[in-house]
Amino acid sequence: MQLARVIGTVVATVKNDSLKNRKLLVVQSLNKDLAPQGKPLVAVDAAGAGVGELVFWCRGKEASFPFKREDTPTDCTIVGIVDSDAHVSRQ
Amino acid sequence: MILAKVLGNVVATQKNHRYENARVMLCESINPEGEGTGNTVLALDAVDAGVGDTVLIVQEGWSASTTATGKAGAAIDSAIIGVVDRIDLLKDAT
Repeated sequence: MQLARVIGTVVATVKNDSLKNRKLLVVQSLNKDLAPQGKPLVAVDAAGAGVGELVFWCRGKEASFPFKREDTPTDCTIVGIVDSDAHVSRQ
Repeated sequence: MILAKVLGNVVATQKNHRYENARVMLCESINPEGEGTGNTVLALDAVDAGVGDTVLIVQEGWSASTTATGKAGAAIDSAIIGVVDRIDLLKDAT
């Protein structure tokens, strides 16, 4: 799992049926200082996230588990919204 | 599994229901010498790890959700499954 900032949305009309009504968001992973780390990715939303929010996402086969249809083709799913930047505590 | 140092934690009220009562820890992966690699990852805590601990993180879904929530099939891909006491390295091996 990684921290990320939602930086945009993706609209796709033609897509796999099980992705219907799913929100696709562009996420930029962040490091501990909330600075960008690596390249942006497209994630399916399972937490109700929006642009600008700090979230965390799950990778791999497990990314499809929040959805009823386990054949939902995703390898990156937003599973939580961090309450605020100040709620990332570190030493 | 990867070696990492626990830096802190993350608070999220709105999250997937399988994450309830779990602690999401902010960790930085380290090399065997203990130096940070600069790569920050999140992991669910399954062993009561604390800030500053060197830990083992499993990055595989079945093991992670079973250890962290007691049941498989959650959208969880990494969990802290051990607190490292020490690492012994063969000198000049690397």
